[in-house]
Amino acid sequence: MSILINQDTKIIVQGLTGKTGSFHTEQALAYHNTMMVAGTHPKKGGTNWNGSNGETLPIFTTVAEAKEVTGADASVIYVPPAGAASAIEEAIEAEIPLIICITEGVPVLDMVRVKAKLDKSNSRLIGPNCPGVLTPEQCKIGIMPGSIFQKGSVGVVSRSGTLTYEAVYQTSQVGLGQTTAVGIGGDPVKGTEFIDMLEMFLADDETKQIIMIGEIGGSAEEEAAQFIKDEAAKGRSKPMVGFIAGRTAPPGRTMGHAGAIVSGSQGGAEDKIAAMEAAGIRVSPSPARLGTTMMDVLKG
Amino acid sequence: MNIHEYQAKAVLKSFGAPVADGVPILSIDDIQTAVDTLPGPLWVVKSQIHAGGRGKGKFVEAAAGEKGGVRLAFSKDEVLEHAKAMFGHHLVTAQTSAEGKQVNRLYIEDGADIATELYLSMLVDRQTGNVAVVASTEGGMDIEAVAHDTPDLIMNIQIDPAVGMTDAKAQEINEALKLKGEAAKDGLKLFPILYKAFTEKDMSMLEINPLIVMENGHLRVLDAKVSFDENALFRHPDIEELRDETEQDEKEVEAGEWDLAYIALDGTIGCMVNGAGLAMATMDIIKLYGEEPANFCDVGGGANAEKVAAAFKIIMKDPNVQGILVNIFGGIMKCDVIAEGVIQAVKETNLAVPLVVRLEGTNVEKGKEIIANSGLNVIPADDLDDAAQKIVAAVKG
Repeated sequence: MSILINQDTKIIVQGLTGKTGSFHTEQALAYHNTMMVAGTHPKKGGTNWNGSNGETLPIFTTVAEAKEVTGADASVIYVPPAGAASAIEEAIEAEIPLIICITEGVPVLDMVRVKAKLDKSNSRLIGPNCPGVLTPEQCKIGIMPGSIFQKGSVGVVSRSGTLTYEAVYQTSQVGLGQTTAVGIGGDPVKGTEFIDMLEMFLADDETKQIIMIGEIGGSAEEEAAQFIKDEAAKGRSKPMVGFIAGRTAPPGRTMGHAGAIVSGSQGGAEDKIAAMEAAGIRVSPSPARLGTTMMDVLKG
Repeated sequence: MNIHEYQAKAVLKSFGAPVADGVPILSIDDIQTAVDTLPGPLWVVKSQIHAGGRGKGKFVEAAAGEKGGVRLAFSKDEVLEHAKAMFGHHLVTAQTSAEGKQVNRLYIEDGADIATELYLSMLVDRQTGNVAVVASTEGGMDIEAVAHDTPDLIMNIQIDPAVGMTDAKAQEINEALKLKGEAAKDGLKLFPILYKAFTEKDMSMLEINPLIVMENGHLRVLDAKVSFDENALFRHPDIEELRDETEQDEKEVEAGEWDLAYIALDGTIGCMVNGAGLAMATMDIIKLYGEEPANFCDVGGGANAEKVAAAFKIIMKDPNVQGILVNIFGGIMKCDVIAEGVIQAVKETNLAVPLVVRLEGTNVEKGKEIIANSGLNVIPADDLDDAAQKIVAAVKG
């Protein structure tokens, strides 16, 4: 098994007609025939999108219409920042079960508004400002490079895009491979936090190990560590490796991600590392040793 | 984006918040006219820098005198005296570097008779995804210390974005601040005003410390610290105009023009990385091997050769840089594009310090080939560990 997505997931693209949306849709179609089924555009409904390799997908005016015709169960959003929140809201209103927003730079108060709607809906949102979700040899949603993946046993969840790639690449290098990799995104207000993904990985039979990558800012890692601790007390646990980016970051400065900031006494790396280690997660001091640290954990 | 106190007060005043009359001074020649517009008998002369703790700060220059960055004046002559002492000098506070920040702007304000000092701030609560109001009766001091020593004196009031700041919520804040009489009436007006300003202008933080109850029983915003969500500035050109670039590192301003996330640090190894998390992790691994990063630099996902070259030049402007580490894990970014940008920049800057390049991901073979065939002195690395060790070794000589 995998989590969130598999070979049966049907995906529509909001923002397909843009350059980024087009490029990544071509990449997704080329990755084990991921089922990209349609795009949406408020003014281009009824036309077709044509990829540079002869691919073609229908364009619908609304997400609701695209869902009704294609039976899509997921949507990926490449809409520019100013319109991204409205795009998420449209997908929520169309009752799309899984919404993945790649867009970077969405205003945080837009996300406050979206989150209030999301909490009252049945949709799950991943992101924004995330690389997406990938289940090896089955389905690729978002911008992760498919070439570094290998079907295997590690579940990867991360707040950082390129560090997700490091974890994937390194677990492929040591021969473990992945079940699913999820980038939850680097913004302060987002659709999905670590805990929900950790719960899914713990429940998934094929996922034998988990890598969790956090960064400075907020307290999501501490909450996740508490969750892992509580579950372990109930007898549910899997070998875990962690990493926290930003140990050397100066306080008060936003490090690229809107969510990555040490403010006052909150959000520092050392507290997060301590909480994760107390929960039995082996935290690697080096981002280059995620794969080898997992091998060390497995050898005991 | 941060703005000055006087700008923050002007923004809040435009929404109807009670602030004192005041005049900003951008040139010392304007001081006399400014003083004449304020009646007295009490004036406050406040240094305008993007850092807290100004009152308790100290000036580097002896000519500025022993007092801090916020001074009371009881006559117009005293206003002039304080203004001249502070203007152009460097103020060191708990939030600045040891060199301090040059005071290029002052704010002269009408003094107030303070009965009580309170604390009020608004920010986005990451845990709940709501705007939260933080209120405390312990105003005028370091709120971090209050939170640490007496956490029960700090109230956190959550605002549901669907309904906003209701009368009931404003009343709750009144109770948290123990406001009575006229001050409580003022509170019912002020808190919705502040919430409106916060949400309409896409603030990321609004801190009023202190919010005061005056001797006459009314509320006044005595200090204001406001920062805005950079991602929302596209819809607030009026706020964008308040940006004071002299408060930012010159290299950071230039990076902003290229849409690069760059932060100057104190170390010797310049870094150029794609992705914020990987950029932080690259800094961390340099430290792990015993050196310090000179900067944080995320070139983002969609960089082209020109942007990479620009990033390279900005990094090289830092005289402390003794070596550069380029670490790219190409997902969207193609390694050959990065390689071309690096080669272009090395040639244009006549690079004289060691350069280690680690490439991985899309078109990695092409990228490595471009570097190998460039004939330039570039040290290739296979992975992040290898790259970090090589650059640290090269810098240590």
